[in-house]
Amino acid sequence: MITTQGLTKVYRSRGREVTALDGVDLHVREGEVYGVIGQSGAGKSSLIRCVNLLERPTSGTVTVAGQDLTALVGRGSRAGKELREARSRIGMVFQHFNLLSSRTVQDNIELPLEILGKSGNERSRKALELLDLVGLADKAKSYPAQLSGGQKQRVGIARALAGDPKVLLSDEATSALDPETTRSILQLLRDLNQQLGLTVLLITHEMDVVKTVCDSAALMERGRIVESGTVGELLATPGSELAAALFPVSGDASGADRTVIDVTFHGESTTQPVISQLSRTYNIDISILGAAMDTVAGKQVGRMRIELPGRFDENVVPIGFLREQGLQVEIQGHEPVLLKEGVTK
Amino acid sequence: MQPLLSQACWDTLYMVGWSTLIAVVGGLPLGILLVLTDRGGLLQNAVVNKIIGQIVNIVRSMPFIILMVALIGFTRAIVGTTIGREAAIVPLAIGAIPFFARLVETSVREVDGGLIEAVQSMGGNTWTVVRKVLVPESLPSLISATTTTIVAIIGYSAMAGTVGAGGLGDLAIRYGYQRFETGMMWTIVAILAVVIAIIQFGGDSGARVLHRRAGKGGEPLRFSLFVGRPAVSTAGATTKTR
Repeated sequence: MITTQGLTKVYRSRGREVTALDGVDLHVREGEVYGVIGQSGAGKSSLIRCVNLLERPTSGTVTVAGQDLTALVGRGSRAGKELREARSRIGMVFQHFNLLSSRTVQDNIELPLEILGKSGNERSRKALELLDLVGLADKAKSYPAQLSGGQKQRVGIARALAGDPKVLLSDEATSALDPETTRSILQLLRDLNQQLGLTVLLITHEMDVVKTVCDSAALMERGRIVESGTVGELLATPGSELAAALFPVSGDASGADRTVIDVTFHGESTTQPVISQLSRTYNIDISILGAAMDTVAGKQVGRMRIELPGRFDENVVPIGFLREQGLQVEIQGHEPVLLKEGVTK
Repeated sequence: MQPLLSQACWDTLYMVGWSTLIAVVGGLPLGILLVLTDRGGLLQNAVVNKIIGQIVNIVRSMPFIILMVALIGFTRAIVGTTIGREAAIVPLAIGAIPFFARLVETSVREVDGGLIEAVQSMGGNTWTVVRKVLVPESLPSLISATTTTIVAIIGYSAMAGTVGAGGLGDLAIRYGYQRFETGMMWTIVAILAVVIAIIQFGGDSGARVLHRRAGKGGEPLRFSLFVGRPAVSTAGATTKTR
C-alpha cells in the first residue's frame, strides 16, 4: 500500500548538510498497522512527511496505493493539482492535533470536504457520521479549546477520515497524551483499521504503541531502517533489537555454575507447555528469572529468561530439546547481550 | 462653534473611514504576502520579499506631513485635486497601508505552522491556506491591528488641514492655537478622546470575544509606535494587558 524506495532526504542550511533519511526502503501492506519507532532525530518525522510529500525527498520514490507520488512533484516548490488530489486521499493525524481554534469541531471535520468542494449538506452529514464513529457525537458545536487532549485527537482522526482515505498517517498521534488516553486512541485506530480496512502508518518513540497496535514495525536509527518486519518475524530474528525492546527480560544468574537462556515464543510453540515438559523429561529444576509475554495482533508471543542448573556444556541436551520444539534459544554469557540501552523502555 | 465642530467631526470621520478601508484592503494582502514570501514561507521568494519589505519601510519611515507633500503629484492624478478631503484620503491611505501591513505580518506570523501543514495534508493549496487558516486564525489579532490603525489614522488626519481638508485636528490648530480659543481646543481634545476610547473599546471587545472562543488568553502587548499625533490618541492606543 505504501512503498518507498531509496528514500533520501538531505537538509541544507548555510552550507551544512544533514542527512535525515538515508536510503529508506519501507513496505507497508494493505490493511496493516505499521509502526516506525526510533529516537528523536532518527528521521521518523521526515519519513512520514515524505510519504505525502509535505517534505520533498532529495531522491527516491514514494508509492501510495499504486500511485507514484514522487512523479507528481512539479518543478517549483508548490504542490501541483495532482499531488494535492493524491494528498486528499491520504489522511494524516498530528501530535499537536492541529485543529483550527476558530472553527467548531464539526467545521474542523468539514474542512477537508470544503477543500474537496463538497456541498454543505453532504459535508455536515459526513462530519456528523464521523463524529459518531469517533464517539464525540455530542461535541459537534464545541470549540477545540473546550476539549481534552484525547477528544482533540479524536476530532483530528475524524478530520483525517473525512476524505475516505485508504491510508492514514499518524505522526506521533499519542505522544502528547497520557497513558490512559493513549490506550483509548490506539484502540480507536485499531478499530478503524479493522472496520474500514484502513492501512495505518504510524511513527512513535513509544515501544508500548508498537506493542499495542502494530502488525509490523520498523526500527529507525540515523536515517536508516535497521530492522523491519511483522512482530512475529522480528521475534524470530535472533538478536533483534526491536524484539528485545518489545519484550524486555532481565535477571542475572543466581550462581556461577548456572546457565541462563532466553527463550522466544512465537507462532505454534506458544500453545505447548514446553517448560514443564523440559522439566519432566530431563528431571531438572528450572527457575524463571523474567518473562515478557503479550498478545500481539491476537497471538501469544513473548520472551522468557530461564535458568538451568549446571554449566552450558551440561545443558546442551535440554537446550537442544527446546530448539526442537521450535523455540528460539539464546544463551546468555555465550553470546553478546543484545539488550540495547535506550531502546528499552 | 457648533456648526464648525460638527462639520469638522464629519470631515474627520469621512477621511478616517475611507482611508481605513483602503488601508485594510491594501495592507492585508501585503502583510500576508510578506509572510508567504519570507524564508520558509509557502511562496518563498527572497526578491519579492525584499522589495515589499523595503517599500513598506521607506513609506513608514517618512513623516506624514512630508509624505503628504511628496505625494501631491500622485494625489492629483488619482482624485484630480490636491486640496480638500478627497485629496487628504490619498496620502492618509498610502501612509496607513504599510503601517497596517506590518501589523498584519506580525499577526499572521503567529499562526501555528502545524495548521498550515494540516491543510496541505488535506490537499489544500496556498489560497486555501490563506482563506481557511491564516486569516480566520489571526482574526482577533487582525481586529486589534485595525483598531490600532484607525487610531493612528486619526492622528495623521490632524495634519490634513495642511491641504485644506478640514477635520478636528485642523480646527484645533486654527482656532485653538492660532486664535487662542482654548475652549475650542479642549472641546476637540475631549471629542477625540471619546471617539478613540469608543473605537478602542469596540476593537478590544471584538478581539476578546473571538479570542475567548478560540480559548487563548488575552491579546499580546501591542504598542502603537506613531509619532506626530495629538496626545489624546496616545492615550487611546493604550496597550492591552493579558
